Parts: sequence; structure tokens; C-alpha cells
Amino acid sequence: MQNILTYMTFIPLAGAAMILMLPNNAKLVRWFSAIVTVPPLLMAVWLFNNFDRTTAKFQFVEDYHWIPAYNISYTMGVDGLSISMVLLTALLSFICIFASFGIEKAVKGYFALFLMLDAGMMGVFCALDFFLFYVFWEVMLLPMYFLIGIWGGPRREYAAIKFFLYTLFGSVLMLLAILALYFTVEPHTFDMRVMMAHASKYSTAVLPMWPFNSWGWSFQHVIWLALFIGFAIKIPAFPFHTWLPDAHVEAPTAISVILAGVLLKMGTYGILRTNFPMLPVATADMAYWFLGALGAWNIIYGALCAMAQKDLKKLVAYSSVSHMGYVMLGMASFTTQGLNGAVLQMFNHGTITGMMFLLVGVVYDRAHHRDIEGFGGLAAIMPVYTGITALAFFASMGLPGLSGFISEILVLLGTWQKYPVLTILGASGVILTAGYLLWTIQRVYLGPPNEKYLNMAEINGREIFTLVPLGIIVIIVGIYPGVVLDMLRTTLDSINAIVIPHLHG
Amino acid sequence: MENPIQTDFIRWIVFLPLLGAIVNGLLGAKIQKSLGKGAIGVIACAPVIVAFILAVNGFLTLKGLPPEKRFLIDNLYRWIDLGSLKVDMAFLIDPLSSVMILVVTGIGGLIHIYATGYMHDDKAFWRFFAYLNLFTAAMLTLVLGDSLLLLFVGWEGVGLCSYALIGFWYHDHANARAGNKAFIVNRVGDFGFVLGMFLLFWSLDAQGHASLTFREMVKWAPSIQNMSLWGWPVVTVATMFLFVGATGKSAQIPLFVWLPDAMAGPTPVSALIHAATMVTAGVYMTARMNVFFSMAPATLHLIAWVGVATAVVAATIALTQNDIKKVLAYSTVSQLGYMFIGVGVGGYAAAVFHLMTHAFFKACLFLGSGSVIHAMHHEQDMRKMGGLKQWMPITFATFFISVLAIAGFPPFAGFFSKDEILWLAFTSDHGNKAVWFFALCGAGMTAFYMFRQLFMTFYGKCRADHHTQEHLHESPAVMTMPLVVLAIGAVFVGLIGLPGVLGGSQFAHWLEPVIAGHGESHASHALEWGLMAVSVSVASFGVFVAYLMYRKESLSPDTFVNLAGGVPYRLFNAKWYLDEIYQAVLVEGTLKLARFWSAFDAYIVDGIVNGVAAVVRFVSWLNGLFDTYIIDGLVNALANVTYWAGNRFRRLQTGNINGYLYGIIIAMAAAVYVKIRYWT
Amino acid sequence: MSPNELSSYLTIGAILFGLGLFTVLTRRNAISVLMGVELILNSANINYVAFSHFSSGNSAGQIYAIFVIMLAAAEAAVGLAIVLAIFKLFHTIDVEAAETMKD
Repeated sequence: MQNILTYMTFIPLAGAAMILMLPNNAKLVRWFSAIVTVPPLLMAVWLFNNFDRTTAKFQFVEDYHWIPAYNISYTMGVDGLSISMVLLTALLSFICIFASFGIEKAVKGYFALFLMLDAGMMGVFCALDFFLFYVFWEVMLLPMYFLIGIWGGPRREYAAIKFFLYTLFGSVLMLLAILALYFTVEPHTFDMRVMMAHASKYSTAVLPMWPFNSWGWSFQHVIWLALFIGFAIKIPAFPFHTWLPDAHVEAPTAISVILAGVLLKMGTYGILRTNFPMLPVATADMAYWFLGALGAWNIIYGALCAMAQKDLKKLVAYSSVSHMGYVMLGMASFTTQGLNGAVLQMFNHGTITGMMFLLVGVVYDRAHHRDIEGFGGLAAIMPVYTGITALAFFASMGLPGLSGFISEILVLLGTWQKYPVLTILGASGVILTAGYLLWTIQRVYLGPPNEKYLNMAEINGREIFTLVPLGIIVIIVGIYPGVVLDMLRTTLDSINAIVIPHLHG
Repeated sequence: MENPIQTDFIRWIVFLPLLGAIVNGLLGAKIQKSLGKGAIGVIACAPVIVAFILAVNGFLTLKGLPPEKRFLIDNLYRWIDLGSLKVDMAFLIDPLSSVMILVVTGIGGLIHIYATGYMHDDKAFWRFFAYLNLFTAAMLTLVLGDSLLLLFVGWEGVGLCSYALIGFWYHDHANARAGNKAFIVNRVGDFGFVLGMFLLFWSLDAQGHASLTFREMVKWAPSIQNMSLWGWPVVTVATMFLFVGATGKSAQIPLFVWLPDAMAGPTPVSALIHAATMVTAGVYMTARMNVFFSMAPATLHLIAWVGVATAVVAATIALTQNDIKKVLAYSTVSQLGYMFIGVGVGGYAAAVFHLMTHAFFKACLFLGSGSVIHAMHHEQDMRKMGGLKQWMPITFATFFISVLAIAGFPPFAGFFSKDEILWLAFTSDHGNKAVWFFALCGAGMTAFYMFRQLFMTFYGKCRADHHTQEHLHESPAVMTMPLVVLAIGAVFVGLIGLPGVLGGSQFAHWLEPVIAGHGESHASHALEWGLMAVSVSVASFGVFVAYLMYRKESLSPDTFVNLAGGVPYRLFNAKWYLDEIYQAVLVEGTLKLARFWSAFDAYIVDGIVNGVAAVVRFVSWLNGLFDTYIIDGLVNALANVTYWAGNRFRRLQTGNINGYLYGIIIAMAAAVYVKIRYWT
Repeated sequence: MSPNELSSYLTIGAILFGLGLFTVLTRRNAISVLMGVELILNSANINYVAFSHFSSGNSAGQIYAIFVIMLAAAEAAVGLAIVLAIFKLFHTIDVEAAETMKD
């Protein structure tokens, strides 16, 4: 299939434009949006089937001139790293459309923005031109701002502005870094594949700018940090994470799912896509503190913060902070197990946390609050709902047979070889995770049923429809992780091989 | 070691109970409504019974092979394949796991049958059996898994099911809390387990033999003999980590606190999970990894002392309990301590033997207590029982046999297994006399508290209220039949592990392919007879004291309660205050830490973010002022001047045409004048 | 005064101009002012035609006179329209009434 990635990216965008022309009929708009997300999903399945798992090269590449004067081109392509994210994006977009059927306010605007967001996300993962990457990165930001700011909760404006400004701050650093990389090599280029090939030039370049040149700062470390901060905000790594709980709590359910399921992954994806292969020497130097130690700290810090939360959604948000720590920790290990585990964790976190936010949304739609202490005994009132919740929570806890187990154990196993102490810290996060999740289950689902909610409706068909695909993936990946790992392995090993020669000791 | 024989029936031992769990879990509510509880019971029990038949088949197949070939493997597919980490989804039957699956499916099957009677009045009958089947599947994965990682899958899986079953009656917060406690304490253990696994994996990897498969690990174990980590031998550190895992799962000091609380679950659960199978997983794991433990004497030493401490501490607590299940719970902790003494002195086979005999008599005791509780309408306080033997003869008889077994009287099963451990503690290279002495004291206490329980429950006058007494009855056959079978086991199963003087242990011999060198000692026969006599007499003394206090009542328990100012009694009765200490230090500590970091997050980290925003806003406000008053001031000033001037000039524009004309004429006249006068 | 002399025409033109100027300056009625302007224009026309007749011999001056007549007609039309507008606004055609611009 020619240009399949372009279709996947721009069909939603075209759909967004068409929605604006539809009559103002909520039902029509909803189903139209649902239909628009189907072709990308089918194409994702096709990609999954036709992806060559034996090569680390980019596949399904499209390369067109765009702005030749500045050597900017429209280049799309996927490799093992991005394919898993593309699949995740296609799936979550499809599911979240259904999760958004409850939206009543300005339906046309919502779904148009949502599809625009979809296009932006898909583009980020497919773009192989750094300029194009940046364009998609920013394209995604705008709809997100409105989706939180208009359809969000009571403090939506605060949350939306915080999210927007925070991300923009990171984007600016990233843009500067991109331009610095662009101008460092002759002929100037934004093509990521060419930039990766220039890794050695970047590692010897000197920052030409005052005052850094007088301080003797090396180019690659400064650029690495600039890119890292841009991405770390998205991950979100401590201490850049505080936009996340606010944004999550205020965003509507489906947007929280997208936020946690896809947007957070862009941070770690970006680091693996750009920092690792383009600046391998700096990566080797910085990984211990900025990925490893920070990742371990993220795990524990996020878990402790989650434990102290009273708002169910905030708890899930902080659990994301904790779980993304595993990704960082695994990336820092530079072992095949750690790195594959990290990317698998990205995928698994997308599905598991997606489920958790959907589940929180279910109960919020009924009770109109998310206060953990305000429930109790829901297991007796909504048994099916509780069963699905238990599946998601236990997957998040890393119970074997479910996907979270594989990725966490791989990350920790891989990390042990390099950093035993960080592994011990990271593994103790597993205990804390069990602590806060079980405590939550106890407070919300167990105990005597809360009189107030005795008549609460059981989870309905549409909600089950959004949860079941994710649940099935969680189980399949847990039992047969090769489904995902086979796609990742070759690419990640080649990325790893770029950095490994530069590691000390 | 030769290549294992490939088979394809082992998977069904795991899958059948799993299938039962899935069917009952997904469709149970509907089946129960349409077909009744009987169908649920069949769906739940049949897979376990078939699995038992398969397990027997596996055992017989092994028996038909020469000892060095006794490995059956069922390899399904490659589970994880990353770099040097290659883990198969494969199940293994060897002499050790064959014993374990027989115990799990055999005793498990009996308990399933018993539970169909015990749980009959429960509305969530189907849910109970879904959990119970899932547990069986997980436990079988644990013992059949052919790699440490697959063992860990089962290890976590049984923990999950234990959590679900302890909190089965989740309407009561206390039950849910007990489940949480069990899970989280186990997680602490798991934390150690995974680290031990990682360390062994990478150490073997460094030697070029990376594997998590038991056969490979055991084969290459000697290669990591001289490696060290943090100044310790790698094997020592790794086995210490693994033992942390074992203390969690097998309820050893310091992680035993969850087990007594776990009695919140239904009694069949206590029998199956918290006595016969799951809690012995730690013992199984150490036996499985015995080659590594044997390479780490420091760890063995620690294990022996932890085992002794657990055996004695738990026994002291059991002395003072009045809840029929709590006594059994602490007794289980204590007996697990004995198993670890066995491991610690190098007697892995003895430990596994005790594991097996204990599974019989402790399951029988728990089920017997369940029968009593069933009859007493869920009354668990022994002070309200008494004289039950006249109403419940079968329960009494089986209970009595099991008490004799656990107290260590020959020829009952417990005697042989416990005595083997004591004997090894006294004589083996890793053992010592102090360990033996304390273990012996523990044995005496065991005899005392078990007979105390027997007397309080079944003898004397009934202290129950009138209403309960009227309804006292023997349990139905579906419950008593398993009791009888288990009691028969408690009598005879010890005979396969006779001490050296009586012909040597068949059991240890059977395990030899897996557990090489099961702590043989070469002391004299006279010593062996002598030690047996000592342990029997100590047990008898315990029984005698119990008889005086609770049967003849010539010796008041208060003598002991008030001993040494009552300090020991209060300490024992309060479970050595361990729960309180953990609650205050660990739980509250973690929560405080959580609140602190959360506040830190909200006020410091987010404060900085919001602070930056506030500073930016302040600067922009200042800038706004500058803009309004300085920059815009200048612009406005210019405009104002223009406006003012325009205003002045406007006066000239009167709109009076005559005026304009006069102006024109005067100007023209002036122009003409100037032209004529000056420019000619 | 002889019809063959240029000066007699110029004299008449000057008288006419004087009358027109006088009218414009002294009358406050807007119509009268317009009439004064017409007189001034016609005095200019007389001058054009006279100079044309007594000088070079081409008829450029006379053509200019026709232009001026045409222009005067247009000017009268626009002027009357303005007067009408002023009348509508101020209900008078006194030119001094329309002095609001200075305020």
C-alpha cells in the first residue's frame, strides 16, 4: 500500500474538516467520527501484519520535497520503535471516540478537534523529518488545549493553560536544539536518518554561542539537555510533572486516556528516536542521572504521591508518573532486556492506564465525583465493573499473566546488570504500587455497599466495548509478549548498539 | 544430565483447573442460576480430580524410568526471547514437582469437595470456586514451571488468589484489610525474590551460561562460585534475596504477620492455601534451588535461625490463642519454621517431607475446625465450645489423629518428618545443638497447645448457648469424607520417610535426582534412638501439662498467665506486638512519607511552577505599567499636542462664507501689494 | 465709450465684477450670494470674449467663455443643492447660520 502512513495521518484530519460541514446533529457527528477512525485502525492492522520484523530499517517510507530551499522534506516511515506507538495511537483513538459519546457540549467542535489531535499524534510517530516532527508536535498541542479548556472540569482553564505553556516551554527548547543540529552539519538537513548518520559530527561540535563557548560547554551535552527537557515535560519526569495531575483531573475521560496513553509516550519516544541515535556519546554520559536515577525516583515518588491522593483520577495520574519511571529506568540500562522492556512498558502503560481512566470515567459519569473515600462496596453493586477494574489494577500492579508483569520484570532485570541499587529502588516501587492500588480497591470496591449508590447502574454495553479490546490486549501481551516484542527487538537492539560503544566501564 | 523426555499431558494439569476458573468466573453466575450449585461444584471439582489423575500418571511414568532420567517436560512455546534471556512456557515434572503436584491436586481435590459442602449456603458460591480453581492452577504453575520466572508467575498468582480468597467476604472491611496485608507483605517478599533471580541470571550471564531454567541453572551453578557482589559471594547475596521471598510467602519472621490475619477467609481456603500448599511454596523454592543454597553456608545459617525463631515465637503465641483457627494459624507458622530449620541444616528432603506430612494433618485439622465452625454457626471461640465429641464423632476422631500427628507421636506422620528435622539439626554439618534444643522446646509447646485445643473443643462440658447446642450436628458426608481420607494420610504417609535406623527414607531417595546430598549424617544408631526418645518424651510432657490444665483442671492456667508478673503472657497474647510495631513503623511511616511527598509535590514542585508563573505575571504587570504610562504616555502626549493644536486652528473655520471671501480678498490684495512692492 | 474700443468692454466687466463682489460680500441670503458669484463669473466671461475679439484672432477665449458658462451652470446646481441641504438642516438660508464648524 502506497503512502499508507500519510493516509493514516490525514484521514482523521480530512474527517475533522468534514465534520465542520456536517449538520449540527450530535448523533450523526459521533458516528461519523467513529467511522473516520476505522480506516486508520484497519491500516494499523495491515501494518502489523506486513511489518518486517527482521530489519531495523525504516519501512513504508514516503519521501517528498516540501520546502526544498531549506532542505525540508515530507518524510514519513516507521521502524520497530514507532510501529508499536502507531498501533497504540490508532487503537486508542478509535476507542476514545466511543468513550466520548457522552459529550453533550459543542459536539461538532469536540470531535473535529479530537480528530485533529489524532492526526497530530499519528504524524509525530511517523515523521522522519525533524521539522515535520516539530510541526506535528505543535499541531497536537492546540486541539489538546481546547479539548481540556472547553470540555474539562471546573478548573479546566487553569489546567489547559498550564499544560499548554509547559509543553510550549519544552517545545521552544526542542526547536532551538533542532535548529542547532540543523546548522551544525553541511549541507543543512532535517532528515532524521541523515542526522543519525552525523552522530559523530555532533559529538565533536563545539557550542559556537556566547557564553557557552567561554565556559567550554560541549555542544552535544547542551543539545541533549535541551531535547531532554523538551521530552521530559511530556513523559513527565520529575520535576516537570505537575501539569499532568491537573490536566488529567480536568480533562474529559477520553482525553485523559489519550493524554496518558499516547501523549506521555511521545516523551520517551522522542528520547529514543533523537537523543539516543543522534547524540550517543552524550546519552552515554547523561543516562545514569537523567534517565536511570530520575526514572527510579519517578517510580517511588509517583507511587508515594499516588498513595496520598484522595481523588481517584489524580491517583491514576500519579500512577502514570510512577509507571513512566520504569520506561526511563529501562532506557538507561542499555541492555536489550531493559530497552525492550521499556518500550513494551510504553505500550502496556498505554493500554493499562487507558483502561484505568476509562474505568474512573465510568464511575464518575454515575456518581459525579471521584472522591476515593466517597464510595465503598461497589463490588456488590457493580460486579462486572469491579471485575474489569480488578483486571486493570492487577495489570498495573504487574501481576503475571498480564502485560504489566512482562515489561516491569524486563526493565528491572535489564537494569540490574548495570545499576543494582537503582533496581532495588525501582523494585521497591512495586511494593508501593501494590500498596496504593490495593488500598484503593479496598476503599472504593470492598466493604459494605454505600447506601447512596445502591441503585447505581451497572457498566453499560458501550463502556464494555471500550474496555474489552484493551483488556484482551493486556492478557495477550502477558501470555505471549512476542506479539509486541518481536516488532521491537531488532530496531531497539540497533539503537542500543549505537550507544553501547560510548558507555564508560 | 540427559535431555528431558518431551510429553504433552503436563500442560493439562495446569490448564484444566484454569479452564474451570474461567468457566466459573465468566459464566458462573448464570450457571448457578440456571443449573444450580451442583453444576458449579462439578465444574470446579472435576478438573482438579482429573489433574490429580494426570499427576498420578506423571508420578508413575517417572517411577518407571531410571532415576537419572526422571525429567518430563512439556514445552509449549518460547515465552520471552530477548538477548540472553530465553524463557519457555514449559512445565516440568521431576521427582520434586511430582510430589508437589500430588499434594496440590490430591489434597486440593479433597478440599474442593469439602468446600462444596462448607460453602453451600453462600450466595457467591461460583465466585468462590472460580478463585479456588484459579488458585490451584497458579499453584500448579508454581511447582511445574521449569524456570525461575515461571515459578515466579505461579508465586504471584497464588498470592493474588490468596488475596481474593482472604477478602472473599469483602463486605466486612476487616477481611479486605487482611487480604491487603497478605498481598502487600507478600510483595515485600517478592521484591527479594526478583532481585535474587536477577542476580543469579546476570551472574550466570557473566559466565556465559545465562538461563533461568532450573536444569541449566543447576548445571552451571558451580561457575558462579567465586563471583562476588558488594564484598559478599554472589550466591550468598542471591540466596539471601531468595530467602526474603520465602519468608514472605512461607510466613517466616519477620514477614509472618499476614498469615494469622489470613484466617479471615473461608476455612477451606485456610486449609488449602494457608496450610497445605501456598505457604509451603517458599520451602519448595529453596528445595528447588538447593544447589545454590548449599553453596552459601551463611544463608543456610541464617535460614536455620530464622526457622527456629519462627517456630518458637509462633508456638508461644499459639499457647495463648482462644480462636480455634488462630491456634491452627500460629501452629502453621511454627511448623513452617520447622521446615526452614530443615532447609537451614541442609536437609531439603526432610523439609519437603515435613511439608507433605504437614499438608495432610494440617489440612485435616483446618477442615475439622471448619466442620466445628460449621456446626457452631460460625462461632470460632474455643471458650464457647467443649464436649463436641458426642455430637461430632467423625470430626473428633480425625481431629484427634491429626493432633497426635502434629504433636509428633509415633507412628503418625508428623513424628517421622519432624524427628528427621530434629535429628539433622542435631547431627548434620550445618546444624548445631542450640538449634536442636530450641526446636525441641517448640515441639513441646506444639504438643501442649494442640492438646489444649483438643480438650477445649471436644472434651468437657459444652459451653455453647442453648440454641447452638440444640442444633449441633455432624457435618454431611461430603465434608467428613475428605476428613477421613486426610486422617488416613496423617497416619500412614509418614511411613515412606522412615529414619535411618528403621531402614532409611524412601522419600529422600525418591528426591535424590533433584536434591543431591540431603544432609546425610553418620552418627550412631544409639544416638538416633536416644533423640527419638527425647522428642517423644518432651511431647508427652506437653500433653501431660495440657491434660492437667484443661482436662483434669487440677492446674490452673492462671499460674502461667501470672508467671513473671504476667509479662510473658501479655507478650505472647499480643503476638509480640509485631503487628503494632509494623503498623506504627512501616505502614504509618510509608503513609507519612506518602503524605510528605505529596505535600512536597503540591506545595514545592507545583509551587515552583506556579511561582514561576506568578513571577512572570508580576513582571508582565510591571511591564504593563511601563507600557501604559511611559511608552503609551509618549504616544498619547504627541496625539494630545496635535489635538490641542487642531482645536485651536479650528476656530478659523467658521463656516461663514463671507468671512472666507473677505479673507480671500484681503489675502489677494496683500499678495498683489507684496508682488508690486517687493518683487518687481 | 465706443463699441470699438477694448476699454469699454473691460469697464463693463469691471463694473459687473464689482457688483458681483459687492453682492457676495454683503448679502446673507445664500441664493443672493450665488447670484453674486454668477455675476463675477459673467464679468470674467466678458473679459474673455473681449480679449479674444481684440487680440490674436483665434477663438480660444470664446471657447473658454462657453466652458465657464457650463461650469457656472454646474456650480449653480451644486450650490443650490448645498443651499437646500443647509435649509433642511437649519431651516434658513442665512449663510451665517451655518457656523457650527468652529465649535
